[in-house]
Amino acid sequence: MSADVATAEPAADAPLGVAGAVASLANPLLDAMVHLGDWTLFSARAVSGVVSRHLKRSEFLRACVEVGVASFGVVAITGVFIGMVLAVQAYNQFHTIGLETSLGAVIHMSIIRELGPVLAAVMLAGRVGTAMAAQLATMRVTEQIDALACLGVDPVKFLVAPRFLACVVMIPLLTVVADALGIVGSTFIALKVFHIDGFHYWRHTANFVTLWDLFVGLFKSVVFGGVLSLICCHRGFNSRAGAEGVGRAATEGFVLSFVAVLVIDFVLGLLFNTLGNVFFPVAASRIA
Amino acid sequence: MATPAPLIRLDDVSVSFGPQHVLSRITLDVYPQQTLVLIGESGCGKSVTLKLIVGLLTPTTGEVYFNGKSVRAMRERELTAMRLHVGFLFQQAALFDSLSVFDNVAFGLRAKGELREAEIRDRVRERLLEVGLPAAVEVKMPTELSGGMRKRVGLARALAIDPEVMLYDEPTTGLDPIMTDVINELILQTRSRRPVTSVVVTHEMRTVHKVADRVVMLYPLARLAPGEPQVLYDGPPQKLLTSLNPRVRQFVEGEARDRLSELRLEADAAR
Repeated sequence: MSADVATAEPAADAPLGVAGAVASLANPLLDAMVHLGDWTLFSARAVSGVVSRHLKRSEFLRACVEVGVASFGVVAITGVFIGMVLAVQAYNQFHTIGLETSLGAVIHMSIIRELGPVLAAVMLAGRVGTAMAAQLATMRVTEQIDALACLGVDPVKFLVAPRFLACVVMIPLLTVVADALGIVGSTFIALKVFHIDGFHYWRHTANFVTLWDLFVGLFKSVVFGGVLSLICCHRGFNSRAGAEGVGRAATEGFVLSFVAVLVIDFVLGLLFNTLGNVFFPVAASRIA
Repeated sequence: MATPAPLIRLDDVSVSFGPQHVLSRITLDVYPQQTLVLIGESGCGKSVTLKLIVGLLTPTTGEVYFNGKSVRAMRERELTAMRLHVGFLFQQAALFDSLSVFDNVAFGLRAKGELREAEIRDRVRERLLEVGLPAAVEVKMPTELSGGMRKRVGLARALAIDPEVMLYDEPTTGLDPIMTDVINELILQTRSRRPVTSVVVTHEMRTVHKVADRVVMLYPLARLAPGEPQVLYDGPPQKLLTSLNPRVRQFVEGEARDRLSELRLEADAAR
């Protein structure tokens, strides 16, 4: 934990030759492993705080407002425009091969399974994650986190658990908003600007987009929300001193959560495709 | 008369942050109801010593004992219980930005969970009054307070839990001379009102002479010769000026002497 004193010995002079090259590769890898281990312990502690006495309803509600209500506008705008952009970009390709009525299926599938959850998570990482990291980093720098510990409260459980829970609860709702407005935006462009036949547009959507796809999208969003909140809070807790330390914690929080969201999206995408093929072989053959 | 068992004991404690060594082989006993003042130049490990006592930091080697129990060996619940016997006044008061003055002072009491809300309200008002703050301050946010008021709210918050031990981390730093003396008076008043053991970290010699029963002076490790002890002085405040150690007298008198040229040499060597 961050409160513990590091006990590492002074770094020895860099070794030379092959050993030096191996060391220069191994050391960052080792550092990354140490950070990952520290983050895992931190996360386990934070998640256990969800069911502990440290979770205060007022803190949780405040975090929900910050994560959900305050992010609504930005997620809605992003959803609408991404839907419209997708429709504009895809229309030309599909029109040349006479498949423009399939636009609905392609765009809505992309939004519900991928873009809705990923965009909601990225907006959350940028708007809420950085704020969380900066807030906790400031508390670390001004010794407020130490003060919490001295007043008999576990700072990780008290500060991180409500933020984690708020992200996990609110991000599916934001994803639904991004999905719905993405569909509205793309449909507006497809039907009103490009005058695609509405019956076939919706018919294709109904044929290809299923509840399973909605479930996959929402499940992903829950994982994204949990991971990004834990990454940003961890960065905040381990902030270095001063304004530079706080700024760095916020930046690292955003960058690491963004990368994590993309990696997790890929892994979960593969996993759910495989599961989909196993449980819904008919749908798989229809898509193929 | 037999010496009482120490309430706090640092046993051969060393602390390093990576390559930086801050404390080396410190052994220190603090006895019940004693007011120990830790002095020394910036970076000599005074604040680190306070944080070791409440388990906010763990020694690299050695042990810290509170009431005879190793702080390192304490389970989470024991550590929490121990911390609720200790009031900590932080350097910048460390008030919670998002809470009002009332909620800040009530925080420890609510965490303890022993009192009802009405009793908490009475206790908070009592402590705020004790440190000379009117009831109107209760609703203010920490950002609306002056430095002296923040320190006094911090002190009220620490005292609200009726601690056995009070730790003061530079309680008067950044305050005007009158507010400095107000804080000194509050430290004395706290001691006279309840049987409290205090450890005060300060640079202020007026604070030392006013509140200390015993003074310990630490010296930065980087400026000590190998094998030299880090504790330069351990005794009553009255004998500080007559100490045989010139480094102690230099600190007490606040004389730069050759320190500036030393600093320039160190900066030059670090290039």
